[in-house]
Amino acid sequence: MSTAVQDPTVPYMQILSPEGKVVNSDLLPKLSDDALRELMHRMVFTRIWDQRAVRLTRQGKLGFYAPVAGQEGSMIGSEYATNKEDFIVPGYRDVPQCVWHGWPLHQAFLYSRGHQLGGQMPKDVHVMMPQIIIGAQIVQTPGIALAFKLKGEKRVAITYTGDGGTSQGDFYEGMNFAGALHLPAVFIVQNNQFAISVPVELQTAAKTLAQKATAAGIPGVQVDGMDVLAMYVATKQAVDRARNGDGPSMIEAITFRYGPHTMSGDDPTRYRTKEVESEWEQRDPLIRFRTYLEGRQLWTKEDEDRVVEEAKDAVNDALKKADEAPKMTIPDLIDSMFKELPSDLVRQREEFSAQEGM
Amino acid sequence: MAQWTMIQAITNALDLELGSDERVLVFGEDVGHNGGVFRATDGLQNKYGKDRVFDTPLAESGIAGLANGLATQGFRPVAEIQFFGFVFEAFDQIASQAARMRYRSNGAYSCPIVYRAPFGGGVRTPEMHADSLEGLFVQSPGLKVVIPSNPYDAKGMLISAIRDDDPVLFLEHMKLYRSMRQEVPEESYTVPLGQAVVAREGKDITIVTYGAMVHTALKAADEWAKAKGVQAEVIDLRTVSPIDLDTIVTSIKKTHRAIVLQEAQRSAGAGAEIVAQIAEHAIFYLEAPVLRVSPPDTVYPFGLIEDEWLPSQNQVIRGLEKVMSL
Repeated sequence: MSTAVQDPTVPYMQILSPEGKVVNSDLLPKLSDDALRELMHRMVFTRIWDQRAVRLTRQGKLGFYAPVAGQEGSMIGSEYATNKEDFIVPGYRDVPQCVWHGWPLHQAFLYSRGHQLGGQMPKDVHVMMPQIIIGAQIVQTPGIALAFKLKGEKRVAITYTGDGGTSQGDFYEGMNFAGALHLPAVFIVQNNQFAISVPVELQTAAKTLAQKATAAGIPGVQVDGMDVLAMYVATKQAVDRARNGDGPSMIEAITFRYGPHTMSGDDPTRYRTKEVESEWEQRDPLIRFRTYLEGRQLWTKEDEDRVVEEAKDAVNDALKKADEAPKMTIPDLIDSMFKELPSDLVRQREEFSAQEGM
Repeated sequence: MAQWTMIQAITNALDLELGSDERVLVFGEDVGHNGGVFRATDGLQNKYGKDRVFDTPLAESGIAGLANGLATQGFRPVAEIQFFGFVFEAFDQIASQAARMRYRSNGAYSCPIVYRAPFGGGVRTPEMHADSLEGLFVQSPGLKVVIPSNPYDAKGMLISAIRDDDPVLFLEHMKLYRSMRQEVPEESYTVPLGQAVVAREGKDITIVTYGAMVHTALKAADEWAKAKGVQAEVIDLRTVSPIDLDTIVTSIKKTHRAIVLQEAQRSAGAGAEIVAQIAEHAIFYLEAPVLRVSPPDTVYPFGLIEDEWLPSQNQVIRGLEKVMSL
């Protein structure tokens, strides 16, 4: 199993080695100690929340859930490089970026359960609902970016997909529109090696996914996605570039999901070996960054324990809040199809309202 | 008052809305400098600039996705799908994405988009340009589907569509673009979506139809009235989703007989929906079964046979006679 299929035509970025050593000090970001600790905080929090979410899904307390463990480096590092006013256009697994960007956790849980209130983004949260159709978010991203450009706002649209997503026509269309219209957009591919069960080698003859940017005329870079600092730096460069009016770019994050594709019956042992899994676990983003921070006396066991407790409490609170959401009704569903209901739907609303009491 | 073609009426509607609402954007393939392959956007880029009226790369999913993204950020995109036969490339963005944006976000985001697209037979287009695919979208919840039959309605309904807060497919029959002129006011006005109109009054039988077939129905009704003295009422639906049931039922209460005429293939389309609605809401007023007059359930054919494929005046008359004889 390859890690980064390196290609001389595509730059590769790594700052921390899997052992937590700085291997490229030129790239080290000028982040304060607090900011570095915050990155660790967010990764630990997300890992705990993910573990809880997996359990809650098994208990039937959550609905659709795509585990994220292993991808915290690419998710947290990239989102941390954005401004709150920037817009996240996620794929279905990209819930952590949305939550760290402001989507309330209880709403993420409601979305997982399939409750309509989950996707009702608060006014000051610049996030689209996680996309189910692979690639659909990628052609919407240029529209959001164009809106910012036309309004003269210094905002950036950041979208995510996976390795499988790069096989969609929409992937190229989205990047190509952003390139042709010179838009403030960033396309992040989290190459976690498998699209459900299909390995990258079966998706494409391209040596890297980053090189697909070349065809759209935009820069592409490959990043060690298990290295939160490299992901932060690569995304910051891309976001700054977009914000400065220098156009879109694409990032391929080389990463891995430890868990199944989703909690809906996927069994990873059918398509990958224990050896491959343990190989990737050695590059774990949390272990690596923790080692680095400990070396700089920025992270302690107490810090870790505190975040673990905080995450558990937050999940419990969010779960309670999600439980308080009112039951959805068919009339509510009908009401949300249009701003103003056409007369036939008014009739159907009456019909189904009458059935509500039955 | 100006005598305008449908194309002129459409250009004028876009012009007025671009002028009165800065959120309105017009884009698609060839719509900028070239003014569209039918010149529907002629002169608009010069007047409103390349930020408001612009060419996109040639990719329908990309165009519809661009519209969706813009709409969620407060714009009112008018996206042109160069020919409606190409809409399958954009189907996901229209039917799966835009149409459920309001629901998925519980109203936090919406998609006030107009997808304009030329369609319709009888003008010898290459394959996959002329298909009447409206039935696919009639079946898709969350969308409105508008098919005007004349320049006056085209202008008023396009303005209504642009001002509508939900996605609207605005389908322009190619044969009607330049085949008729009509008095059209130069100032802005709206024709409401979802309201049919009685295009010809009659007491004996109702023809429910839309688009170019309105004209086929009118000619058939006139000819038949002259020949047989039987008066057919012609309803121009104008909007095929949502369907204006009240106008249809009111007419059937008077005539007690109906045919449904459509340019689309027979099965499971707008016509089938109309017949079902009539069955549910007006069956006790009927004295005969409702007949569909339409082409057969085949793909839209090559140009050399399309005139025989499309419903003719004579086919309409045969349909009327059949229902009258029952």
